[in-house]
Amino acid sequence: MKKRFLLNKIILTLSTLSAIIGLGFLFWILGTLLIKGLATMNLSIFTHDLVDGGIRNLLVGQFVMALIATFFAVPIGVMAGIYLREYSNNGKIAFVIRNLSDIMMSAPSIIIGVFVYAIYIDKVNHFTGWGGVLALAIMMIPIIVSTTDNMLSLVPKELREAGIALGGSKHKIILQIVLKAAKVGLMTGILLSFARIVGETAPLLFTSANSQFFTFNLNDQFPSLTVSIYNLATYPDQESKDLAWAASFVLTAVVLVINLGGRYLTRSKHK
Amino acid sequence: MVGKIFKDFSLLSAILILVILVAIFGILYSYASDAIHTFGWDFLTTTTWQPGEDDDGGIFGGYIPIVGTLLATLIAMLIAVPIAMGIAIFLTEVAHPLLIKPVSIAIELLAAIPSIIYGMWGLFYFAPIIQQSFGGSGVGLLTAGIVLAIMIVPFMSAITKDAMNTTPGVLKESAYAMGATKFEVIKDVIMPYSKTAIIGSVILALGRALGETMAVAFLIGSIVKLPSKVTDPTTSIPVLLANNFAEAQDLELSSMFYLALILFAVSFIIISFAKFYFLGRKR
Amino acid sequence: MENKDVMRAEDLCFTYPNAPKPTLKSINLPIEKNKITALIGPSGCGKSTLLRAFNRIHDLYPGLKYEGKILLQNENGNMDNILELKKETDLVKLRQRVGMIFQKPTPFPMSIYDNVAYGLRLAGVSNKDELDGKIEKALQGAAIWNEVKDRLRSSAMGLSGGQQQRLCIARAVALKPDVLLFDEPTSALDPISTGAIEELIAELRSEVSIAIVTHNMQQASRLSDYTAFMYLGDLIEFNKTKKIFTNPSEKMTEDYITGRFG
Repeated sequence: MKKRFLLNKIILTLSTLSAIIGLGFLFWILGTLLIKGLATMNLSIFTHDLVDGGIRNLLVGQFVMALIATFFAVPIGVMAGIYLREYSNNGKIAFVIRNLSDIMMSAPSIIIGVFVYAIYIDKVNHFTGWGGVLALAIMMIPIIVSTTDNMLSLVPKELREAGIALGGSKHKIILQIVLKAAKVGLMTGILLSFARIVGETAPLLFTSANSQFFTFNLNDQFPSLTVSIYNLATYPDQESKDLAWAASFVLTAVVLVINLGGRYLTRSKHK
Repeated sequence: MVGKIFKDFSLLSAILILVILVAIFGILYSYASDAIHTFGWDFLTTTTWQPGEDDDGGIFGGYIPIVGTLLATLIAMLIAVPIAMGIAIFLTEVAHPLLIKPVSIAIELLAAIPSIIYGMWGLFYFAPIIQQSFGGSGVGLLTAGIVLAIMIVPFMSAITKDAMNTTPGVLKESAYAMGATKFEVIKDVIMPYSKTAIIGSVILALGRALGETMAVAFLIGSIVKLPSKVTDPTTSIPVLLANNFAEAQDLELSSMFYLALILFAVSFIIISFAKFYFLGRKR
Repeated sequence: MENKDVMRAEDLCFTYPNAPKPTLKSINLPIEKNKITALIGPSGCGKSTLLRAFNRIHDLYPGLKYEGKILLQNENGNMDNILELKKETDLVKLRQRVGMIFQKPTPFPMSIYDNVAYGLRLAGVSNKDELDGKIEKALQGAAIWNEVKDRLRSSAMGLSGGQQQRLCIARAVALKPDVLLFDEPTSALDPISTGAIEELIAELRSEVSIAIVTHNMQQASRLSDYTAFMYLGDLIEFNKTKKIFTNPSEKMTEDYITGRFG
């Protein structure tokens, strides 16, 4: 009898301890970023490009690639999700695509980089911003598909039936009723997946690579914040390391803010 | 008419996913075919990664990066599984209700931090600790494995928690009503009830650890050498790709594609196994 | 009167976490030994809340507040206030003495045998023969032995709803509790299974004192010796079942049992 309660105490203590460890690492990592980031940051890094010791072009480049990728991935992903949930009648094709999409979502991101290198970069023989866009879009599509699929499944069947009963055609009901009902969930999903791809490094390493200069020319090497962090951190000089910390701080702040924003969106709607 | 176009476009989008997936396998295979023909299955057991004179030919074997990937993942899993289970248990049964939300959000934020940040932090803050405690250069299998563990813990605990939460409350209550302690309810009711989903989550996290690039790239040492102890530097498939892919040519490049194909195939198998066998396919 | 009651609530008030007002207001209710006491009343009246106070299952969720006393007779015949129990150890022992059956059948995801063995093992029974004997007796006591004796090792999830509920009763009975609490035990079952469960509860009276929450008036009148009618957290009337159903002293009780509200 005594042993039971002792064991119970031990396990519950260990469980609490692991939560403390998990949180400890979160605060350790965020604390480091905050201290290092604030110490190394100044306004001039936002007004200068990498070539002059700033991150302006990197920040813009990273966002441009992620935004354009989102611009392509969202319609494709949402449409594919619509097919799976609204048109497929849950047949064999839908089953296969739904699960393959899920698997693709968990595929190593570096593989996507290798793939885009092979089908595109290798053909044009130099790194391009479009390559980065393509890699990020390929990463994003399955996430959007899964979000859409889940969100549409939450829309009650009666809503569709009511629309049909009023004489609406199927595509109109999907566009005007179903998507509207799922809007908040979809927006959250899109924001969260944007937050995820904007922090990616591996798919960009040999697609967009990096550039020291400010550019919007996606047919050339393209500036990337994450790839720069990877390079800068391993340079021996202190200025590069400092810039890497400042860049890391900015990147994490952006990702976490978008993430929290997405969560806030769902929460405020649910109230 | 518009309806038909809309429907066809949606079907096309769905099929595009299939096309991309098949294309990834096809392209990786075709680029790897040189290396596959030259080395065959011996690639898996060859420890040399040596370009020939004048960049012509050479001997490339995947043994070291494959072993490195597996070992780093193994270390990460050994550390991550108990901690993630602990956190999930904490969040489902132990924590005060007021704590559940903030702790869950914190854990999910930890999961949202880009992997390169983990790598950077590990390199400057964690590697020195390892160096002080175990000697060596600070970068190596152990450092990579531990930071990888920190990285997958949030993901693993989040889905494990969700799995545990599917246990009906009344089932738990009826065990408590028989005089079970919390631990006994966890062990005898929650774990058996959500067993398959938990195993699925663990395997899914394993798939993630295998393919993780940036956190490991800073920390594993990136040298093609077989480690003789856990603190030794070595390399992994994603790291070898990340560092050497852009400069590689001909047979070396093809060998890299071979490695990529192996990594992709293994992840694919592991993830589908977790999904179909444990998590229940989605309908 | 004193030694006839196995359990008794005295001036019991209960407040859920963050609730502005108590859900139970100064309840005085005896549970007589080897009798069946039914708790009836419209939903939200607090009958389940009261039942769940008797084994302190409420305490799984923090932030709630008890006032008053719940007395439980110990081996020496004295009454102990179970609201004074603080340690998990003591709550565990309390729950072994005061068993509970829930609305929905709750078989654990294990074999039929292990389901019944579960509580016994927790209570420290580890001898195989002793276990076998107690399990057979409990299953017989719950009138399910004949249906499951050939498949004790197969999963309890494969049983029908009514069988599952009887298994849960067997599981609770195996611990030889002093009191069994039934929280609408037949509300998820079909009429035939309901009949079997009712018959079983009636038979159990000889071994154990029973409190049953039900929204089914016929069930209360068929089964119970005493009936308590509750409304909005107050105990309106408590008396012999016959009296309550034939000649209630309160107008409200009469309105409720004749179906005029609730």
